[in-house]
Amino acid sequence: MLAPVNVSLESLNLMTLAPMLIPIIGALLILVIDLFKSNLDKTLYVGISLLFLFIDFIAIMDASGVFVQDGTVMGVFDVMLIDGLAILSQFIIVGVSMLFIPLALTHKRFHEFSYPEFFALFLFMISGFQFMVASDNLILIFVGLETASLALYTLIAMHNRDKSFEAAVKYFTMGALAAGFYSFGAMVFYALTGSVEINQIAAVLEANGYADIAYVLVGVAFMLASFAFKLSIVPFHTWTPDVYEGSSAAMAGYMSIVPKIAAFIVAMRIFEFLVHSGIVWLEVVLYVFVVVTMTAANMWALVQSDVKRMLAYSSISHAGFVMAAILIGTTQSNSALFMYWILFSFTNLGSFTMLWISRQKHLPAYQRTDHSFDKFAGMIKTSPMAAIIMALFMLSLAGIPPFALFWGKLYMISSAVTSGYTMLALIMALNSAIAGYYYVKLIVYMFMKEPVVGNDGHVYVTNATLALKSIIGFAAVGTIFAFLAVNPLLEFVTAFVYNSGY
Amino acid sequence: MFDHILSILIFFPALAGVFGFMIQKESMRAYGISVAFIEFILSLWLWFAFDSNVSGMQFMEQMALIPSFGISYILGVDGISLFIIILASFFTMIGIASLTETPNEKNMIITLLFLQMTMVGVFAALDAIVFYVFWELSLVPMLYIIGAWGGPLRVYASVKFFLYTFMGSLVMLVGMLFMAYFFYQATGVWSFALLDWYRLILPESFQLWLFAAFFLGFAIKVPMFPFHTWLPYAHGQAPTIGSVILAAILLKMGTYAFIRFSLPLFPDASVFFMYPIAIIAIIMIIYTAMVAYAQKDVKQVVAYSSISHMGVIVLGTFALNVEGISGSIFLMIAHGVVSGALFLLVGVIYDRRHTKMMDQFGGLAHVMPRYATIFGVMLMASVGMPLTINFVGEFLSLLGFYEQSHILTLLAGVAIVVGAIYMLAAYKKMFFGDVTIEENKNLPDVNKRELVALIPLTIITIWLGVYPKPVLEPINNSVEAVVQLMHNKATTEEAKTRIPDLTQGIEITRTAMKEAH
Repeated sequence: MLAPVNVSLESLNLMTLAPMLIPIIGALLILVIDLFKSNLDKTLYVGISLLFLFIDFIAIMDASGVFVQDGTVMGVFDVMLIDGLAILSQFIIVGVSMLFIPLALTHKRFHEFSYPEFFALFLFMISGFQFMVASDNLILIFVGLETASLALYTLIAMHNRDKSFEAAVKYFTMGALAAGFYSFGAMVFYALTGSVEINQIAAVLEANGYADIAYVLVGVAFMLASFAFKLSIVPFHTWTPDVYEGSSAAMAGYMSIVPKIAAFIVAMRIFEFLVHSGIVWLEVVLYVFVVVTMTAANMWALVQSDVKRMLAYSSISHAGFVMAAILIGTTQSNSALFMYWILFSFTNLGSFTMLWISRQKHLPAYQRTDHSFDKFAGMIKTSPMAAIIMALFMLSLAGIPPFALFWGKLYMISSAVTSGYTMLALIMALNSAIAGYYYVKLIVYMFMKEPVVGNDGHVYVTNATLALKSIIGFAAVGTIFAFLAVNPLLEFVTAFVYNSGY
Repeated sequence: MFDHILSILIFFPALAGVFGFMIQKESMRAYGISVAFIEFILSLWLWFAFDSNVSGMQFMEQMALIPSFGISYILGVDGISLFIIILASFFTMIGIASLTETPNEKNMIITLLFLQMTMVGVFAALDAIVFYVFWELSLVPMLYIIGAWGGPLRVYASVKFFLYTFMGSLVMLVGMLFMAYFFYQATGVWSFALLDWYRLILPESFQLWLFAAFFLGFAIKVPMFPFHTWLPYAHGQAPTIGSVILAAILLKMGTYAFIRFSLPLFPDASVFFMYPIAIIAIIMIIYTAMVAYAQKDVKQVVAYSSISHMGVIVLGTFALNVEGISGSIFLMIAHGVVSGALFLLVGVIYDRRHTKMMDQFGGLAHVMPRYATIFGVMLMASVGMPLTINFVGEFLSLLGFYEQSHILTLLAGVAIVVGAIYMLAAYKKMFFGDVTIEENKNLPDVNKRELVALIPLTIITIWLGVYPKPVLEPINNSVEAVVQLMHNKATTEEAKTRIPDLTQGIEITRTAMKEAH
């Protein structure tokens, strides 16, 4: 007979679960409400989701307070790991989700938002991402990853167009493959070290001096492939443009930010000790990944004729840029990753929202895709304010100072310079110049071409409501006045990253 | 109140530009002129309050922006930047005042006001990142001006302009980050403040690389041969106002940055690269002069002549002594006035005939005598006639380089004389002979609006040509400080001898005086 398990409740530290449980409760509440009275308006669900995300945000703030006082907290049989990375990334995840949810309040009716399940799934997904970043247990990471991913596939499919189904299935297939790679990689590490906790894997490998280097490399290769899928690193990026094109612009913007930061955190946890262990092979592969992702994605983005596809490739390029932080692996570079991603999320969500408010239900004859470049021709003449804001986001993405993303780029390139990656710094800088071309291309269309006949400018705001406009205003103000926020942000992020030992 | 005069100078036009959105279309020109006029008065006040005996920075403002990464908002002017700031506000003013009928005039004026912010910002910034911010930001309004109001190839020209300069300046940004990192290694604190960087002495090998990184950014902006290919397109397609601002102010950013960054930060590298750069500059002078001679389009002639003169400025800068650098700064102002005026003049004829081809003209001196006179004065200034503004700058630049190399100076001097050929040939084609084309017979002479812009420029051209002292003296004082700094920082023997030690000169005169007593 087994001895009864005897664990005191305090040692479990259940409060570490609070931030993840809040969105789950919210999701369940939405489902329960739907049971009692269906066909309620989407505003209700938006409101409830926002409220729960708000509470979630406060819970994370509490957790950060605890972190500042006591340092890293473990909980629930040491499965949960609340360190600086977990807290910072949860801030990003929940913060961006709060900005995303009001985007459901469009002027036109869209199919997916009429289902309460959309919002329930959305909240489940958030808690999945939160689990993913707040653990160094490979199994819990996997659970979180799959919870989030499955919810995300469904959310994409709910957009209810042929292209959306295609996108969801494509994403699902690729995601399943990545999950397979991930579990195989985790299995190899478990076989090598007898543990599924990253810090113990690191400790064991360190202790035996990487004796089984061949197996380590196999494990690393599978892990790398799996995260390359999630982060859309070239050559595992092929799903990205199609999925972005198929999902709604708001969803695409969301996907370019939140799932990636979660994956970056896990990649950072796994590869941090491997990069520092001096495995040359890994460093070379990461270097190649970073350079190829930045450059190739930029090249592809140059030839796109649809703004959303262009932004999809550009987000691949940005992911490659940020991947450099993991290659460099210093405190400065890891802080730069967070800085970059926070600033990027403002700008990118803003630009995708600009596409979202111009989403038509039926395409006119002169327009082949939802957001073709032609559609934006001569925008300055018909709706100048929208054109200026869109141009602002494009300039920020291109890294023109003093707009938000410039500071992220500056700090990231500086971290490369500081750690002796001179060539990498130069390549990063030159890639920003290449990227300048396709962002400027949209500006050229908006400011220097004549509008297409029959385009009276109404199309750019066809979907606009006060909620969407406020989100755009928020993003625009954040983009312009980023330079005021950079210092506190930098200090905050650096303190958190440094105190987590990264 | 005027403690923050530089901040006011920078942000007043931008603020006015934001308010400009609510001004009614018809009143926009009056609004733009008044804003630019106030800005000009403020910049004149800056000159008035400027103490020309002080060689260091004046009107300094300092505010920490990102203290944990060493970025601060630091502004200041010395004799080197003062006159370029005044020139920038002056050209924006006459640019708006002489603006001919343009579609979307309101957008144009707002864009010009934003452009003015970036221009003043570049010349007043004393922090590398703040400098970089304004430097990059200046591309955006210019991209819009060329791309929206330009000729048939405007999109190509504007995007080429943007990408070319953007690429160069990103390499420069990497250089700045390295510089800040070296400063961090040496002192333990991050700083992007230029005056802090001035105190840092780098080993020569580091200097060479950093010099190259900065050089790429600046050389594309100047533009130096062989990076000059964007400029003829930009000038060819830009509207008159765009060309005027581009030639008069934006190109000066590059040469100004050489003096502000490259020389004092990397004195050894400057000496090391002196001959290669001088040779490039001379190639630039001769080659673009020859290209200019082959042009059929009068605006391209002016554009290439403008590149050619930028070569003289670079040559003067890399003379690395007081005469050369002062001369090159003076020539920057002179070139601004003269080439700005020439582009305005080309704009005048383009408005009347909608062509810039020289074979479409001929005998214009009979039809438009006043126009021909002003054009003639500016042309003489452009070829460097004594008693015009360009002469002073060119003479000093060449004098400065003469101390470094006689042969190269001789070559450059000859090249400048050759430069006179294409200008005179262009003038002959356009203004002399008989009026052969019917349309040219009844062209109206310059009108009042155009005279408002041209008369002051003509007066400045003559005035500073005859009596350059009020401008030259403050420049000289500041340049002396820069040269002395370079001499003190130089580590190699070669650099110590090439860059003159000014205190020694004073010592010698002192001892001589003592002996005489």
